[in-house]
Amino acid sequence: MTRKVKLPGFVFTAMFFGYAFLYSPIVSLVIYSFNSSKLVTVWGGFSTKWYVELFHNDALINAAWQSLKVASLSATCAVILGTLASVALVRFGNFFGRSLMQGVLTAPLVMPEVLLGLTMLMLFVSMDQLIGWPDARGLLTISIAHITFAVAYVVVIVQSRLKTVDRSLEEAALDLGARPAKVFFVITLPLIAPALLSGWLLAFTLSLDDLVIASFTSGPGSTTLPMVVFSSVRLGVNPQINALASILLLVVVICVVLVGKAVKSGERKN
Amino acid sequence: MMLRFSQIQNRMGRLLVLLIPYLWMLVFFLLPFLILVRISFSETRIGLPPYTEVFEWLGGLAFEIKGSLVNYHFLFSDNLYLAAYANSIKIAAISTLICLIIGYPMALGISRVKGQVRTFLLMLVILPFWTSFLIRVYAWIGLLKNEGLINHVLQWVGLIDHPLPLLHSTFAVYLGISYSYLPFMVLPLYATLEKMDPALLEAAADLGAKPMQAFLRVTLPQSLPGIIAGSMLVFIPSIGEFVIPDLLGGTDTLMIGKVLWNEFFLNRDWPLASSVAVIMLIILVVPLVWWQRHQQKLEDQSQ
Repeated sequence: MTRKVKLPGFVFTAMFFGYAFLYSPIVSLVIYSFNSSKLVTVWGGFSTKWYVELFHNDALINAAWQSLKVASLSATCAVILGTLASVALVRFGNFFGRSLMQGVLTAPLVMPEVLLGLTMLMLFVSMDQLIGWPDARGLLTISIAHITFAVAYVVVIVQSRLKTVDRSLEEAALDLGARPAKVFFVITLPLIAPALLSGWLLAFTLSLDDLVIASFTSGPGSTTLPMVVFSSVRLGVNPQINALASILLLVVVICVVLVGKAVKSGERKN
Repeated sequence: MMLRFSQIQNRMGRLLVLLIPYLWMLVFFLLPFLILVRISFSETRIGLPPYTEVFEWLGGLAFEIKGSLVNYHFLFSDNLYLAAYANSIKIAAISTLICLIIGYPMALGISRVKGQVRTFLLMLVILPFWTSFLIRVYAWIGLLKNEGLINHVLQWVGLIDHPLPLLHSTFAVYLGISYSYLPFMVLPLYATLEKMDPALLEAAADLGAKPMQAFLRVTLPQSLPGIIAGSMLVFIPSIGEFVIPDLLGGTDTLMIGKVLWNEFFLNRDWPLASSVAVIMLIILVVPLVWWQRHQQKLEDQSQ
């Protein structure tokens, strides 16, 4: 007979306040995106005009496109590199330099962004002097910087999934004479596919959201969405940014629900 | 002969799988830090790139080192920088503590409920992490400013006559960091609390321990790895935080991330910005190495 260990009331109260702390700023942001008054505290009636203005803000829309390009390129590359690194770390045993590899793949998780941004820029400038590449900074240099720090996040997700994959299937296929590459693509890859998807989405979101590293590694003419948002937010509250935030939030919620469902049905099939 | 060939092929494949990500990280993550250290010993000049060369090749293997310690000397002689480092560590430490106080009951609560409710509560913690960090910090501007929601409500209730200067203060920075990094604290805490065997608490209760005693002597020590992991994930990146002190902090809120940004973007002094970064890195390496060792020890124990 197991007795249920009850939670004291104050834990529930503290939990409630914790969630209120997490969500009240987000909720207020969404509510005021529908406020027809430009003053944040005065409710001037329901209006969708900020959304209309948002879609007519060319600088912002243009920056959003640049950001989407950078984010999809860097997420895709980060997933490829991250998967290779995870396979090496989980399946190759104790190879020479393993702890260094583990180190350089963990450090970007906690490294302050100003450090990552500054060092990346110094690298690009030095490489340009030495080998003449990259001669200009722009979307490519931002993407390289984003790939480098996003790989670390992908490795965390893919590595933990790879550790749980049952090896007997792979071993059976190898015993039957299949080449390791084929075994990976036919057996391992479908099993870790959900982790690759969440890794891609996480890398995509991190890239789309990054202000600091992009500011250091961008050049003239390549302005990403967070850079536009930042310069407008520095001047004070802007209801267009509230509208943008609400749209982003909606997209995220839809994605999370869809991915959650996909992962669940995938688990059921397995 | 065929077998040999395929073996060589497999070896090559393995090497490729290992080398591609390895080389990428060495070139784009490790090498930049070496370059940073080199530039921190150079002097600023007008031109492109805006710093002097540290190594001068004289032909063949001979080279001359022209490094200078002028940046470091400047750093340590000007109180502004030392104060900024000290203040960043203080702000990061206090924010970490706030995160722990808010996050612990949340993680504990999530670990004790079951099924769909647990999944839902976990999802609610992760969700803000997926939305824009910049926009979540921005949300606080609307809440904290003089004509903002909090001051409005406090005045309406009658608690205050004049709006409190909440925005552009060190208080706002504490709030912003704790708010932004809270999920990083809750998730590792949850991960260790969830693994705890509930039989331990039952045993404690059977032996007559009051709930508070059981918590202090069983739950808290058991969750120590989670507390350490969560604290590291909050403490280390918030030392170098730029966006939060810039948007929410006041002119007196000195943080090293913002100092570095200003040296680079406003003063265009790359060598000085580099030396500020090198010292920041040294400060960060201490807790990082300690944490890595600690984790290694835990892994060794569990094996």
